[in-house]
Amino acid sequence: MNIDWGALGEVFVVSFGAAIAVIVLFSLGIRALAGPGADATSAPGQTAEKVALRPALAAALCFLACAVVVGYGLYLIIVK
Amino acid sequence: MDVIVLVVIITALVFDFTNGFHDTANAMATSIATGALKPRVAVAISGVLNLVGAFLSVAVAKTISSGLVDDTKISPVVIFGGLIGAILWNLLTWLFGLPSSSSYALVGGLIGATWVAAGGDAVHFASVVSKVLVPMVLAPVVAGVVALVGTYLAYRITARADRDAVGRGFKAGQVISASMVSLAHGTNDAQKTMGVITLTLITAGTLRAGSAPPFWVILSAGLAIALGTYLGGWRIIRTLGKRVTEIETPQGFAAETASTAVILVSAKLGFPLSTTMVVSGAIFGVGAGRRLASVRWGLAGQMLLAWVLTLPSAAIVGALAARVAETGTTGTVVVGVVGAAIAGGIYALSRRRPVGPNNVNDVPARQLQPTGAGV
Repeated sequence: MNIDWGALGEVFVVSFGAAIAVIVLFSLGIRALAGPGADATSAPGQTAEKVALRPALAAALCFLACAVVVGYGLYLIIVK
Repeated sequence: MDVIVLVVIITALVFDFTNGFHDTANAMATSIATGALKPRVAVAISGVLNLVGAFLSVAVAKTISSGLVDDTKISPVVIFGGLIGAILWNLLTWLFGLPSSSSYALVGGLIGATWVAAGGDAVHFASVVSKVLVPMVLAPVVAGVVALVGTYLAYRITARADRDAVGRGFKAGQVISASMVSLAHGTNDAQKTMGVITLTLITAGTLRAGSAPPFWVILSAGLAIALGTYLGGWRIIRTLGKRVTEIETPQGFAAETASTAVILVSAKLGFPLSTTMVVSGAIFGVGAGRRLASVRWGLAGQMLLAWVLTLPSAAIVGALAARVAETGTTGTVVVGVVGAAIAGGIYALSRRRPVGPNNVNDVPARQLQPTGAGV
């Protein structure tokens, strides 16, 4: 009997890393959009406009990063 | 091409079809339960992505067609018996709304049939254990752990944000994550049927041993599973979406992301996982990640029992069917007719209390009552 623990370990590590990365990034994006603006209010001396723009930008970056992780995963599966 | 080969290919596609509607729940149950997608829209998206997914990889198909049984010792008739076993078990568990594993049913049926027809040494047990059984048992645990950690983090990160807005955000995310599960399901499960058809063509001498599935096999397997998925296995969707644990959108998102990752990575490495078991593991994981007590562990016991029974039950039916089918043309016809009659009977029983897109989210009153330890 020859169980390929290496490959099984790979399944665990890769899927853990990829899924947690996507979940955390997506949650951060949502918090930026829906949050009480924890960092925005804690930074005094900003103009109101800048304060409103920052969470939207942060959220966009998070969602973009999510898309990159997913896209790279699919690329690895299909192309390689 | 012999008539029997054609019959086996059609039977394999019928299995693929039952696989589709048995497993729609895997991808869409949580989205339908949280209201992220309308039931009809959900199954349509799922069907299309199943088809797309079928074209992503052939690693799993090759594991099935060249790793599990000795293709020089069996004939298409044996595979026919195995498929009948798998189809009947799939239909029976669907009738009871149990999310059992279509993959276990298929592997069980195939092993049982090969065993009685060609003896125990025609089954590559070492390969069955290392490439099928061990990954199948570990994968749901992995998915559950990933989903548990993911859910915890998602709630932690969004704890201070506006709850309604968070709910809406994850609802939108679920549309994408559920679609990804469908894609993964198409990749992993359609390949099992491709593997069986390829195995049939190898045993019939049409293809050389170790061949990859031809294009028409990939296309027809993809279409059969997509059609099954589109029809929707509403009974199982209800079990997974409503009865295991009440699911909020962040949990649905976490469960689907975890399942997709596990299934796609395994498919890439050629492990034919049970999509059903992976998704169920993830759903229990997200339930536990939010609040341990909210999971109905009694139902987990029932599901576990169905999982354990699946392989041997399908193996026994497959063995019986192969034994009879092997006696000659009459035997094969008898197996086909009896199989179709049982399938028809199960369908007739299901019409007594139909579950469809209109009542999929209604939980029967008795299931809302506390059931002891579980609630």
